[in-house]
Amino acid sequence: MRISCPFCGERDRREFYYRGAAVDLERPLPGAGADVWDAFVYLRENPAGETRELWYHEGGCGAWIVVTRNTVTHEILRTEHASEARS
Amino acid sequence: MRFSGLRVLKEGLTGNKGWTPHWRDPQPKVEYDIVIIGGGGHGLSTAYYLAKEHGLTNVAVLEKGYIGGGNVGRNTTIVRANYFLQGNSEFYSHSLKLWEGLEEDLNYNVMHSQRGIINLFHSDGQRDAAARRGNMMISQGDDAILLGRDELKEMVPYLNFDDLRFPLYGGLYHPRGGTARHDAVAWGFARGADQRGVDLVQNCEVTGIDVENGVVRGVQTSRGPIRAKKVAMVAAGRSGQVAAMAGMRLPIESHVLQAFVTEGLKPCIDHVVTFGMGHFYISQSDKGGLVFGGDLDFYASYAARGNLPTVETVMEAGMALMPMIGKAKVLRSWGGIMDMSPDGSPIIDRTDIEGLYLNCGWNYGGFKAVPGSGNVFAHLLATDRYHENATGFRLDRFRTGRGIIDEEGKGSQHNLH
Repeated sequence: MRISCPFCGERDRREFYYRGAAVDLERPLPGAGADVWDAFVYLRENPAGETRELWYHEGGCGAWIVVTRNTVTHEILRTEHASEARS
Repeated sequence: MRFSGLRVLKEGLTGNKGWTPHWRDPQPKVEYDIVIIGGGGHGLSTAYYLAKEHGLTNVAVLEKGYIGGGNVGRNTTIVRANYFLQGNSEFYSHSLKLWEGLEEDLNYNVMHSQRGIINLFHSDGQRDAAARRGNMMISQGDDAILLGRDELKEMVPYLNFDDLRFPLYGGLYHPRGGTARHDAVAWGFARGADQRGVDLVQNCEVTGIDVENGVVRGVQTSRGPIRAKKVAMVAAGRSGQVAAMAGMRLPIESHVLQAFVTEGLKPCIDHVVTFGMGHFYISQSDKGGLVFGGDLDFYASYAARGNLPTVETVMEAGMALMPMIGKAKVLRSWGGIMDMSPDGSPIIDRTDIEGLYLNCGWNYGGFKAVPGSGNVFAHLLATDRYHENATGFRLDRFRTGRGIIDEEGKGSQHNLH
């Protein structure tokens, strides 16, 4: 599996740290309540198919990247800087 | 049909013509008391204990593929009860005791081999942790022996005792741990459940869960609708998709875990040996193949196959620990879909929907739990009370923060276990 960093180009998967589902882009407010925080921290859609994830280019430029990836085929469909994905 | 030595002899002398299929291939009925979604190890043992211990036989197990085709046939077959934390400890102890009587109980040879497990340690601090774990295992009523370096050398002389990075200080030995024949476990439970009247329906994929006013009514399947008073979701790595049919989201991420087996060799590894620092563990199957594995690939996956960097890491760890295996040729490798929970411990509980029950979150340790999981889940399904050895596996422990069972002390968060 090779991941295309928007800054560095296509790199070996070993350069990246996997954070998980890209829920961190929509962090709830501190007072949002237990159910909202439960959903944010723990509950996952966990799809078999297309999913959006956060990867960190630890062994490269240090960017956080939103990777759109297929969990059944491991195909990487799209990558973008986390800051751009959020805006 | 019962198995016995006499029967094997008789069949051997008469051309093996008297054997019959181990279970029926029934058409699903229109209604059951309990429908179990998932015909893996846990689903089959749930059905078996429902019938055997609770007299509930109007039960169907719905399997989208074939019996033994999922994780129960895709694991490294290790059976143990060396857990530390309350919640886990009594449950795995219960499960190991069921293992020890399983072959007589099922009248089926599951080739349970209590060859012992050795967890290696490499520093004074790790030795202290191993001693503490061993004491907890003993206080639970199980067995543990702390081995020093010399005793270790006597038992497993083939390890690399010159490793400077992770010097071998000793190991925590769990004599009652071991392995079993994974397919036979699935087949034995399937046969036992079928003999007691449970319908095992293969090639039957659940496509919907019917819920009316917060009460479960049945399921939609590729072989038609089936009504049920209770529905049990036991779908391991696919739990997320099954629960989604009932409008639920679970605290589960599905990851890929790889394992490997070499060509058959003469007996050389007598125990199960685990090398935590290299995320490597190994045993030798009765066919002679070295069965070993390592850590997750660490990304969500349903591919049932992994990537090469993890293969390389596992092979390196194996070579660091026991250089003698370097000449063995790897015959095949595979990946299983692991239902990873945030704290690394399972979930066996009711849901907010009446009549809908959940059994998932087995991470990479589901095989040893097969008898125990089915036993306590059957208890919950039949009596609506938690089994005394499975009171800790609550679904709401993540939302409330109470009762987290973080065996590895890593934190309760996805992607840490």
